[in-house]
Amino acid sequence: MALDPILLSRLQFAFVVSFHTIFPVFTIGLASYVALLQGLYVATGEAVWDRLGLFWTKIFAVVFAMGVVTGIVMAFQFGTNWSNFSQFASNFIGPMLSYEVITAFFLEAGFLGVLLFGRHRVSPSVHFFAALMVAAGTFISAFWILATNSWMQTPQGYEIREGMVHVTSWIEAIFNPSFPYRFAHMAMAAFLTGGFVVCGVSAWFLLRRRDVEAHKRALSMTMWLLLILTPLQAWIGDEHGLNTLEHQPEKIAAMEGNWDTQSNVPLLLFALPDRGLQGNRMEIGIPNGASLILRHDADGVVPGLKDIPVDQQPPVWIVFYSFRVMVALGMLMIAFAVAGLVLRRGDRIYTSRWFLHGLQGMSLAPFVAVLAGWFVTEVGRSPWLVYGVLSYADAVTPSLSGGMVLATLIGYIAVYAVIFWAGVYYLFKVVRQGLDELGEDEEMHDYDRPERPLSATRVPFDGSTASSRS
Amino acid sequence: MEMFDLSLFWAVIIAFGIIMYVLMDGFDLGLGILFPFAPDEDARDVMMNSVAPVWDGNETWLVLGGTGLIAAFPLVYTILLPALYLGVFLMLAGLIFRGVAFEFRFKSKRTRGWWNAAFAGGSFVAAFAQGCVVGAYIQGFETADRVYTGGAFDWLTPFSILTGLGLVVGYTLLGATWLVLKSEGHVREWARGLIPKLLIGVLAVFVIVSLWTPWIDPGVFDRWFDHMQVIWLLPFAALLCAVGIYVATRRRREGLAFLLTLGLFIFTYLGLLVSRWPYVIPPDYTLWDAASAPESQFFILIGVLFVVPIVLTYTAWSYWVFRGKVRVGEGYH
Repeated sequence: MALDPILLSRLQFAFVVSFHTIFPVFTIGLASYVALLQGLYVATGEAVWDRLGLFWTKIFAVVFAMGVVTGIVMAFQFGTNWSNFSQFASNFIGPMLSYEVITAFFLEAGFLGVLLFGRHRVSPSVHFFAALMVAAGTFISAFWILATNSWMQTPQGYEIREGMVHVTSWIEAIFNPSFPYRFAHMAMAAFLTGGFVVCGVSAWFLLRRRDVEAHKRALSMTMWLLLILTPLQAWIGDEHGLNTLEHQPEKIAAMEGNWDTQSNVPLLLFALPDRGLQGNRMEIGIPNGASLILRHDADGVVPGLKDIPVDQQPPVWIVFYSFRVMVALGMLMIAFAVAGLVLRRGDRIYTSRWFLHGLQGMSLAPFVAVLAGWFVTEVGRSPWLVYGVLSYADAVTPSLSGGMVLATLIGYIAVYAVIFWAGVYYLFKVVRQGLDELGEDEEMHDYDRPERPLSATRVPFDGSTASSRS
Repeated sequence: MEMFDLSLFWAVIIAFGIIMYVLMDGFDLGLGILFPFAPDEDARDVMMNSVAPVWDGNETWLVLGGTGLIAAFPLVYTILLPALYLGVFLMLAGLIFRGVAFEFRFKSKRTRGWWNAAFAGGSFVAAFAQGCVVGAYIQGFETADRVYTGGAFDWLTPFSILTGLGLVVGYTLLGATWLVLKSEGHVREWARGLIPKLLIGVLAVFVIVSLWTPWIDPGVFDRWFDHMQVIWLLPFAALLCAVGIYVATRRRREGLAFLLTLGLFIFTYLGLLVSRWPYVIPPDYTLWDAASAPESQFFILIGVLFVVPIVLTYTAWSYWVFRGKVRVGEGYH
C-alpha cells in the first residue's frame, strides 16, 4: 500500500498541534487566574490569596515550559510539510507568526521573570502588575495565532498575484469574518479550562482535608465564575456557529449531519452518517431542532452536504461526532456549575463526595472539549487548507514521500511521549506538594542558576516530598 | 526596487540572528557534547550551572530566525525546510531532549543518569544536524520553479557529514573555552587540557572544508580566485584567531581565549557568506528572489525593531548578572 504524504502530513500536523494546544489553552486561563489571585491579595491583603497565587504560579511555570518546548516544533511544521502553502501565504502568515514569537519573547524577557521570581523582591502591587501583563501577553499571543487560523477559514483583505497572496489590507485580513467569534470562543475555552482544573485540584485537596480553608475559597470563587462563564460560552459558541453557517455552510452541514438543503431539519442527537450512501444510516433527532437553532424558525432552511461534489465534502463522521462530544461536555460543564450553586445550601459544595469526585474528573473535560472543537473547525473545512482557495493537495510539500512523513510522525510521537510523561509526572508532584513550603533540607535550591520557568517550582523530580503522606 | 532596500536590511537582520544563535547556543551545545567525558559529577554540575541561566535565551534566536525567514524570505523557508526535512526533525528532537534534561536533571537523583544521557545525546544530534545544514547549504539545492525537487537524503553527503562533525568539534571548542572562563580547580584544568586537541580537530576540518568548498561549484571557485582578493582576509583572520586561542590558553588569558574562539566562528561564518553571496538558496535564487512582499517585510520590521533591542539588553543584563566563576557545590546547601 502506498503511503499518502498528504494524509500523513495532516495526521502529523493534527498530532503536534493538538499536543501543543493543550498547554497554551491551560496557561492562558491559568495566567488570568493567577492575576486574579494576586489582584485579590493586593485588594484585601489576605495572605491566603498570595499562598494560592504562589501554588498556581508553580503549576503555571511547568505548563508554560511544556508549551514552549512543544511550540518550537510548530514553527517548522509549515515549512517542512506544507511548503507550498507557506510560499503561497507567506506574505500574510509570515508576519503573523513572527509577531506571535515577538510577543512571547517580550513577555518572557520581562514580566514572566518578575511573576515567577519576584514574589519577595517587589511589592505586591508590582507583582500583581507583572501577573496582569503575563496574562495579557498570553492573549496577545493567541490573538496572532487565531487571526492566522481564522484567515485560513475565512480569508479576506488580500489579492493573489503571481501565485502568491499579497495583503491589501492588514486590518481586513486580521479581523476577518470568523476571527472575533473564534477568538472569543477560544478565550472562553481557556477560562473554562483554567477554571475546571482549579476546581478539580481544589476538590482533590478538600477530599484529603489539606489546606481546607484556602481551597474552599478557591473552589467557591471559581464555581461562581464558572456559573457565569459556562452558559456564556454556550451562547458564544452558538454565535460562532451562526457565523460559520454564513461563511462555511458545508461545515455546518457536516456538524448537523444534514445531507439535503431543506427546511424543518431535525437536531440529530445521534446518527450514523455515511458518505458512500450520501445519507445517514439511522438517526435520532428532535424535529425542527437544527432549523430552530440555526435560523430561529422551524421552517428555516439548513444547508446540506449534497450541495457540493462528494470529493469536496469534509469527512462527515469526524465533524459530526467531534461536535457532539464538544457540546455534550459543554452541557456537562453547565450542569456542574449549576449543581455547585444548588450545593451551596448547607455548604455541601465543600463536602459532597460525589460532587468533589465529579469535579476531579471534570478537570479533564475542557481539554477534550477544546480538542473536539478544533477537530470540528479544522476537519470541517476539508479539503481546503485556505478555505475555497488552496486545497491540501496544492498546499503540501511536493518533495515529500509518504515514508519520510511516516518516519517523522513516529519520531514526534516517541519524543512527545517521553516529554509528556516527564511533564505530567512532574506536574502531579507539584500539585501533591500543595501549598506547603518545603522543609529546608528537602527544598531544591537552584540559586545562581536557571531562573527559568521550572526553577519556580522548587520541587524535586523524583525522591520523596512532604506530600507523600497523602 | 524600493527607495530603501528592505530585503538587504532583512538579510543583515537574519544573518545577525543566525550568528547570534550559533555563538550563544554554540557554547551550551558544546558543553552538552563534552558532558559524557567530564571527570566527575561535580564537573557536570558546574558545566550545567555555567550556562543554565542563559541557555533558553540563546535558543530564542533560533525561533526568531525561523519565523523571521518565513516573514522576510519565505522562499528560503519553503525550500530549505523540505530539503532538510529529516535533519530538521533530528535537530528539533535533540533540542527538545536537552531542553527537558536541563529542567529535570537538577531536580532528580535516581533518574539523573538518564537526564545526563538525554542532555549529551540531544546536544550532539542538534549540533551535528546544524553542521550538516551548513554543508548542504554550501552544496546548494535542487529546485525547479521555486520548489525543492531533490530527495530526502540529499543533505547527507560526505561533505555535509564533514561539516556536521566540524561544527560538533567547533561547538565543543567553544564550550571548552567557555568552561575555562567560568570554572576553576580541576574542572578548569580538565577543560584547558582539551583545548589544544580540539583546536587541532577544528583546524583539520577548517582546512579540508576550505580546500573542498571552491571545487563544489564554479561560482564559489570564481568568487575566491577572481579579483576579490580582499576576502582572503577572512580565512586569514580565522587562522590568526586559532593561533591566538592556543597562545592565550597557554598564558591563561581565559577571557581572550573565549573571545578569540568567537572570532574564529565569526570569520569562518563571514567566509561562508561571501562564498555564496548574494545567493540565499544556492545555486539559483538570490535574496531578492526569495524576498516576501515589501509591505509584509515592512509590517513585521516594526515589531522586530522594537523587540530586538529589548532582547539584546535583557541578554546582556543576564550575562552580567551571572558573570564570574561557577564553583563546585554551589547551589547546594
